[in-house]
Amino acid sequence: MPQVKVTVTLKPSLLDAQGRVVKDALNNMGYTGVRQVRIGKYMEVEVSGESGDLDAEIKAMCEKLLANPVIEDYRYEVIA
Amino acid sequence: MSTLSTLEKKPSKISKRPKFAVVRFPGSNCDQDAYFAIKNVLNCPVEYVWHQDKSLKGFDVVVLPGGFSYGDYLRCGAVARFSNIMDAVVAHAERGGFVFGTCNGFQVLCEAHLLPGALVRNNVCQFRCQYVNLRVENNDTPYTRAYQVDQVIKVPIAHGEGCYIADASTLQTLESSGRVLFRYTNEKGHPSPESNPNGSLNNIAGIANANFNVVGMMPHPERACEKLLGSADGLGLFTSIVTAFAMR
Repeated sequence: MPQVKVTVTLKPSLLDAQGRVVKDALNNMGYTGVRQVRIGKYMEVEVSGESGDLDAEIKAMCEKLLANPVIEDYRYEVIA
Repeated sequence: MSTLSTLEKKPSKISKRPKFAVVRFPGSNCDQDAYFAIKNVLNCPVEYVWHQDKSLKGFDVVVLPGGFSYGDYLRCGAVARFSNIMDAVVAHAERGGFVFGTCNGFQVLCEAHLLPGALVRNNVCQFRCQYVNLRVENNDTPYTRAYQVDQVIKVPIAHGEGCYIADASTLQTLESSGRVLFRYTNEKGHPSPESNPNGSLNNIAGIANANFNVVGMMPHPERACEKLLGSADGLGLFTSIVTAFAMR
């Protein structure tokens, strides 16, 4: 059964408030070399693989629900 | 006979009052605030509508309340946007019906593309629960006719993801067409970084769609309808809708 690994990230132009706080924490812990942290989402989607055009289906899922194209970018990888 | 005719006239006047629907999603928690304000303060008919329902027949105004629909899973409003009732909400909006979203309801409206832009995490790394001052930017709309332009109103906020963002051309369109209805300011009506509780671009607190029948805002006017509770400044938004409806 194919598995789709989807990664959703905030667009580079947007401030990532969570990432900034984690970066500050890492700096405070002594990891002074950390310049930036950006936090995204990782999803594993299992599909039956029966639909004709898996790529088109995954893209539609990402654009409609899994990511918000106004604020996020997505990429995915299909593991057969 | 004259008494009877007066009685006969009264219901027709009442029937001009809009009927409100308050949509309940799993995780909505300001539904009762909205229901109470509409029923007990505004004196308008109101009913709850469950998210699995498919019809808004008979309703004039749809309210999407605050809360944490679907636990805010994935993104605020992202899952609620695909609830059964949302097809009816979109159809109601497309027919020109009033749709008002506050807080989580605003997030749902943006996810549903009934309003442009998006709401992201507050830039201050805090959940903000406080009164804010809002400046009324445009009072020539069905939602703001009870206010004066530049009037400053006091309304509460309670959110972690209320930072309004949109691309430059969307912002330009909103600003130039009077679709920014409310802006975070200080009590004198001056917008500043200090009076911006969440980092929203241009201090935007509430916007309308191009037809001004769909409005979303992060602050909670439904929680500011009685002086006893701290402020009655939010009531004007609801009385505006009632007036606008009666004039249609």
